[in-house]
Amino acid sequence: MNTMKRREFIKSGLVASAAIPFIGFPNLSVLTKKSHEKKFYDLAAIKGGEPDLMFDRAIEAVGGIKRFVKKNAKVVIKPNIGWDAAPSRAANTNPALVKRIVEHCYQAGAGDVYVFDHTCDDWRRCYTNSGIEKAVKDSNAKLVPGNQERYYQEVKVPKGSRLKDAKVHELILECDTFINVPVLKHHGSASLTIGMKNLMGIVWDRRYWHRNDLHQCIADFTSFRIPDLTVVDAYNVMMKNGPKGTSEADVAVMKSQIISTDIVAADTAAAKLFGIDLNEVKYIGIAESMKLGTSDLSKLSISRIKV
Amino acid sequence: MIYPKLKRIRVLTALFFFILLSALFLDIHGIFNTQYSDYVLSLQFIPSIINFVSIPSILAAGFIVILILTVFYGRVYCSFLCPLGILMDSILFIKRKFAKKKRDIFDYQKPQNIWRYSVLAITVISLFAGSLIVILLLDPYSNFGRIITQIFRPPLEFANNILVYVLEIFDYYEIKPVDYSLWQPFAFSFSVMILAIVVFLTIISGRLFCNTLCPVGITLGLFSKFSLFKINVDELTCTGCGLCEKVCKAQCIDSSEKQIDFDRCVACYNCFDSCPTIGLVFRTAKKQIKSPIEIVDIPKRNFIIALGAFFLSNSLIVKAQEKINVYVKNKIPVYRVKPISPPGSISIANMIEKCTACQMCVSACPTKVLQPSFLDYGLTGMMVPKMDNVSGFCNYDCTICGEVCPTDAILPTKIEEKKLIQIGKVILIKDNCVVYTQKTDCGACAEHCPTKSVRMEIDDDVKLRAPFITQELCIGCGACEYICPTIPYKSIYVESNQIHLAAKPPEKIEAKPSFEVEDDFPF
Repeated sequence: MNTMKRREFIKSGLVASAAIPFIGFPNLSVLTKKSHEKKFYDLAAIKGGEPDLMFDRAIEAVGGIKRFVKKNAKVVIKPNIGWDAAPSRAANTNPALVKRIVEHCYQAGAGDVYVFDHTCDDWRRCYTNSGIEKAVKDSNAKLVPGNQERYYQEVKVPKGSRLKDAKVHELILECDTFINVPVLKHHGSASLTIGMKNLMGIVWDRRYWHRNDLHQCIADFTSFRIPDLTVVDAYNVMMKNGPKGTSEADVAVMKSQIISTDIVAADTAAAKLFGIDLNEVKYIGIAESMKLGTSDLSKLSISRIKV
Repeated sequence: MIYPKLKRIRVLTALFFFILLSALFLDIHGIFNTQYSDYVLSLQFIPSIINFVSIPSILAAGFIVILILTVFYGRVYCSFLCPLGILMDSILFIKRKFAKKKRDIFDYQKPQNIWRYSVLAITVISLFAGSLIVILLLDPYSNFGRIITQIFRPPLEFANNILVYVLEIFDYYEIKPVDYSLWQPFAFSFSVMILAIVVFLTIISGRLFCNTLCPVGITLGLFSKFSLFKINVDELTCTGCGLCEKVCKAQCIDSSEKQIDFDRCVACYNCFDSCPTIGLVFRTAKKQIKSPIEIVDIPKRNFIIALGAFFLSNSLIVKAQEKINVYVKNKIPVYRVKPISPPGSISIANMIEKCTACQMCVSACPTKVLQPSFLDYGLTGMMVPKMDNVSGFCNYDCTICGEVCPTDAILPTKIEEKKLIQIGKVILIKDNCVVYTQKTDCGACAEHCPTKSVRMEIDDDVKLRAPFITQELCIGCGACEYICPTIPYKSIYVESNQIHLAAKPPEKIEAKPSFEVEDDFPF
């Protein structure tokens, strides 16, 4: 894309002299690269297992993690860590799932795996109490802050109609692979929060979205960069009082997961799991009309797995 | 012989407490401030008295320990425990390092009795009038807290963030960046002024502040008149060399007369250290001076009176008004009538009555919703912390302010209790709300509401989900107000409960899954 990022710039300045002798050395990874000719499903839906084990099965159905994570790739995993709530409240993505995705990325040879969210509650409490801090550290990924404006870089959203520009977390701009890991939840204003709504956690100014037609902004921003993979955690699902919930009573156990490269399809399938009229989730319709994906699941090859 | 060692013991003890106390106020990552704050802060005189008067307990009896020490050995608090006093000693230490003459040169000065007793009288009168204001402005511990929080903490936060910035270049993310507090001009200026006064007085005449302006020093001075053991000049061994006078930063040794004005002695023991002949000794007072004893327990008794008298003076409080932002520019702005006091403070009255504005809670608050006020609580409550919903909002699962408060102005609460304390009530300004003015979905307020006292329900007028308020459920945390996106003014805000109320617990209805795990997928 356009510019060299702040950190890249400083880093390259610092290591420039050390790197000079190696310039021109052929990139061996290109030679070893294999193309994936295998057929794989557009969308995998799985239920009945634990979050981590379901991911093991579902990722195979969509082509395996190596389809998305190349050797030495810089990977960003973006779960929902928005709230200061324990995992049992299902306000945040299941930590076991996050941990397993990190492990898969490293197995595929990822160079660095980063995890962050621009939280709503105090970020340190969210990271810790969601269980995600421990999950990320146990799997040796890097947990990165998302609550200071300096991490965010101004970008244009060319296809946006209400959202023309936004400030996006620098890691999203730098990474090779972007894995979006939302949790399926009821949401007071957006009806549901799934994959596209989860992208609000990689931008700085969310109040702007709320002022300027929330549903349109959600769809607009999706067009900026569709995640390489969207993994919807529907193991514990907050059925009401979302997105924060008031207690564990809001949570139903659904033991499900949906994976797709098509974020609109993933959101559609998740919404159907939730049992809501699709018209209520307006951003899905808007995103489809912007050709960001499809909500017509009959057009897709779907792997339906029961564990 | 113990005497020459006393100074070293004093210095080590003082440094120990000084570091512990400073660390509490400088704990920018919130790692340990709730772990030991109770123990360290319980030895601070003023907070301990206030705490004890409201809820007598062993941990709140620190001031009794200090009084007992004073009755035995004089104003031990002033040099061993008082953080502002230790700060002054540090200033003198630095001054010695930079001065050409490497020794202190003090001379005996007469006591500033007019100052001393005026300050004491004003303190007592203000307590009778039902206000803690003089103590709030002059208490050395509280001033120290403000100086650290307002002046020294921001540069530390900045340094931390610079370090984080550099480490991130090397892809190291283990040290966390911190958010800066909103700048509070009044609390900052006041702290700078006090620090300037302290530095100035210390450089020109040592511990003058402690014997003219400090209500704790003056009060303990009255007690030390009756100390069992006082520092006395030993007529037999004293050679009258005057070295002790030169190092006495309280300027209370008159070496020519071989007299020590023990009321003003701050128990630093520099004199023992300086004496070449052990000419100074602790000795039981030969004659008890009979002086009016009634002054002795004034701080405690009058505080009790102050509790009752408070309500009389409540009407005197200036009704400071805080401007609330409302969405449409051409609307009349809405004002919050009263400031919101933190959960556990029971009422605004209780808060002003017990808070000395030391800013411990402000330092410890993880969301930075607690900020020093200006005149929101009125003249007598200046700098007393309030909930500032522009700066942040009260975390639903947090009780840290009550845990660290040394005076119990904010009582410690259990998390389940705290979740039902209603410190204010939510108010919606419909005419400014995005849903009604823009006719688009928003719901930021309902998203953040932890109790669902704000929830989104279809309003048939606009055919959209609009904020729907159930005030009984509201705890006044301010999350809705903080996140409300409308500019330039907010559309939803919290009005203070001057006396906190109980909120209704959020209803718990078990959610049902939309399908059974055995069912086929609905697509």
